[in-house]
Amino acid sequence: MSSAYIPLIVDGLADAALIFFVAVGLTLVFSVMRILNVAHGSFYALGAYISVVIGLWLTGRGGPVLGLAALVISPVLIAVLLGPLIELTLLRWTYGRPEALQILVTFGLFLILEDAQKLIFGVQPYSQDTPMQILGITRIGGIVYLNYQLILVLMAVLVAVGLRLMLKRTRIGKLIVTVVTDQELAQTLGIDSSRVFILAFSLGVFLAALGGALASPTVGVAPGLGSETIVLAFAVAAIGGLGQIEGAALAAILVGLTRSAAIYFAPEFQPVAPYLVMLAVLLVRPFGLFGSIGLRRI
Amino acid sequence: MTAILSVRDLHINFGGVKAADGVDLEIFPHELVAVIGPNGSGKTTFLNLCTGYISPSQGSVTFEGQAITDLRPRQITRRGIARAFQIPQLFTGHSLIDNVMLAIAAQRGIWQPFRPLAQREYLDEARRTLGLLSLDEAADLPTATLPEGMRKLADIAIALALKPRLLLLDEPTSGVSTAEKFPLMDKIVSVLRAGKITALFVEHDMDMVERYADRVLVWDAGRVIATGAPGEILRSADVLERVIGVS
Amino acid sequence: MTLRHIIGLALIAAVLPLAVPWLGFVFTLAVGKGLAALGVAVLLRGGLISIGHALYFAVGAYATAFLMRNDGINEFLLLLLLSTVVATLVGLVVGVFMVRYRAIFFAMLNLAVSMVFFTLLSKMYHVTGGTDGLRVATPTLFGFAPSRVQFNSVLQYGSLILMIGAALIVDRYLRSPLGEALSAVHSNEVRLEYLGVSARRVILIAYAASAALAGLGGTVTAFAVGHIVPELSYWTISGQLVLIAVLGGIGGTPGAFIGAFFLELVRTFAVGFAADAWNVIIGIALLIVIFFLPEGLYGLLHRTGKQGSTP
Ligand SMILES: Nc1ncnc2c1ncn2[C@@H]1O[C@H](COP(=O)(O)OP(=O)(O)OP(=O)(O)O)[C@@H](O)[C@H]1O
Ligand SMILES: [Mg+2]
Repeated sequence: MSSAYIPLIVDGLADAALIFFVAVGLTLVFSVMRILNVAHGSFYALGAYISVVIGLWLTGRGGPVLGLAALVISPVLIAVLLGPLIELTLLRWTYGRPEALQILVTFGLFLILEDAQKLIFGVQPYSQDTPMQILGITRIGGIVYLNYQLILVLMAVLVAVGLRLMLKRTRIGKLIVTVVTDQELAQTLGIDSSRVFILAFSLGVFLAALGGALASPTVGVAPGLGSETIVLAFAVAAIGGLGQIEGAALAAILVGLTRSAAIYFAPEFQPVAPYLVMLAVLLVRPFGLFGSIGLRRI
Repeated sequence: MTAILSVRDLHINFGGVKAADGVDLEIFPHELVAVIGPNGSGKTTFLNLCTGYISPSQGSVTFEGQAITDLRPRQITRRGIARAFQIPQLFTGHSLIDNVMLAIAAQRGIWQPFRPLAQREYLDEARRTLGLLSLDEAADLPTATLPEGMRKLADIAIALALKPRLLLLDEPTSGVSTAEKFPLMDKIVSVLRAGKITALFVEHDMDMVERYADRVLVWDAGRVIATGAPGEILRSADVLERVIGVS
Repeated sequence: MTLRHIIGLALIAAVLPLAVPWLGFVFTLAVGKGLAALGVAVLLRGGLISIGHALYFAVGAYATAFLMRNDGINEFLLLLLLSTVVATLVGLVVGVFMVRYRAIFFAMLNLAVSMVFFTLLSKMYHVTGGTDGLRVATPTLFGFAPSRVQFNSVLQYGSLILMIGAALIVDRYLRSPLGEALSAVHSNEVRLEYLGVSARRVILIAYAASAALAGLGGTVTAFAVGHIVPELSYWTISGQLVLIAVLGGIGGTPGAFIGAFFLELVRTFAVGFAADAWNVIIGIALLIVIFFLPEGLYGLLHRTGKQGSTP
């Protein structure tokens, strides 16, 4: 393979990293609460807006390096403030109700958050690429890499491995897994699933907001970001198989690379690339790459 | 006499469990066959294999001389095999009579977009079918609220409405009180006799088997270990130990 | 029941604009959305949620524009008919693929297909006019060329007739063996297959019908607005259609129209005093209805109706 494609691949992987954060959050929330959260993309958008605002503020106080901290502070802030609030007030009510209602409740939340963003941040695009600037570039073998992109990929790998380890090794992770696999068993074991739900949902919010925050230096932040992101995240989560962390990772890579190839070869069709991948994958594997469904006992 | 259903060397594994491990058997026209065996021995799995709910990894199923091994439940039903389930399979959004009318419509032609389901003809026939099992009183109740015993009966009524030539009943009286078991099975058997329907029923109650079955198939660990008249089978020490001792 | 309610709604929608003329336009838009939402409601009967039906809404609208521009067809009724047929055919083709999926996957695949279509509409400038969209001229009526104002009245009352017709036809369909089989898909697909009925075929028919309704709604909308844009197919419109269907209540066919009238009225007033916040208002209204009126707005009507009739 010619080295001319290397930048393409790096772009694709950096894109995949950002997509992965949102999609894995979506898939995690789905696997624990069995709810498809339409408002998930709005947390991504909020993450982007708030990290730009906080980033500019911090840069004003302590210079651009301090500004970098905003990329991590804002998702934490959003997750802590909104996660428990939304889970307790809105989602809790929907558990065990028809799917259409669950989706609609989150759609209502989506509508509210979309306009709230316009009211708070206005409709002008925000951009803040200082974090990308100050991290600079690396030159290896005549090829220029943006360090920011490399860090994105690294972080995505860390998040993927971290999530896996958390679910396997830590107490709270094991609780989550128990709730996912057998709600009744969890109840008889006396697991406080209410706490698990709050935690899992907040973690999902954090991951979406983190994706948005980390994306903010690379894109203009404007209205519509949330609605574009959620459909992309749906596609990626479906490709991977709903509720599958490794599936989401693989799907994100597939979609990231396809998108960057599309930008290169057929830019007009870049927006449809994820859906075409999704249609192709689901045609062959109806429950996604890693998904499966058990036969119902009759 | 040629068999109505014949099964050769059926195999299926779930993980490590051999739920069917070389099942060989034949069912003859107008027989009423009981299937007995301990929990988890593969009785329901056998019905699943015969009706296309799962496909065997090996082996064949032949109904009225034609291979049905790789057909879907829908196709097999259309050929004349109906089934009532261990866990009743009802349309929980509908009333009992609607459930039965759906079965009647399915049999006569469901592809009518503008005539109501609740047409005279279907209503009458559904009431008649429900009457056979003394379910008329519950006709207009939503099936979701019926007690378990009635749900099992409702499931059987749906199967009967399909006018099958072979009926597979998975523990037909399991949700019914002991006092009601015999009267109920009497009703089922008279419908079978009147309609010349061949049937197979999975049963854990040996009194029922003794009283109603023409022949017994004994299941254990995914295979048929004995077959014969109820009198001799239920007195075999081996069967007693393996089946009745366990269940 | 259905007949009384839908005719009641049509009468209100016919009379109110006599006093407040601009309501005529709002109601026509509501019928357009209501038709599409009725399509979504049909699928909901089968437990299938489509977050992509704006696709067929847009197909209906663009079919009208293309037929007028490329094929020189200008006759109003013919355009309604042909556009609906086009949407139905697209629904059949896409449906063959969709019927293999259930639940979330069905929802998402519809979303995906509609997003692909949205992108094509936006990017293929030479065919679709891109993001500028296309103009839809005033059509002819039995050969006569009405003025815009005359046509608007025809459309306004004509759409109410369409509404009544669609509600009654769908109502019959849902009570037929085929329609009841659709609810049976929802409650127990395994049993349905064990009745010898192909659940996929039952769904395919419902899917094509829902595409037809959405396409018809899109055509009505195209005529009412006189200009169409790719956003007609964007997923938030699909979301709105689900919203209308559930908001109105899927207990009966008038629900979709009641939901649509409600939504369009709220939107009209919201634009008046809080243009930037209309989504917030809709979102909150939606949550209130979901939380406090589990059977939707139509359920409310039903309940009061029942209370009235029992002494
Ligand atoms: N779809 C499936 N997936 C995994 N294992 C299965 C499946 N169906 C059946 N089994 C296993 O196969 C074995 C046979 O099950 P089956 O339900 O056929 O038993 P059975 O004889 O009907 O028992 P019972 O009398 O309790 O109804 C059991 O160990 C069961 O756990
Ligand atoms: Mg069993």
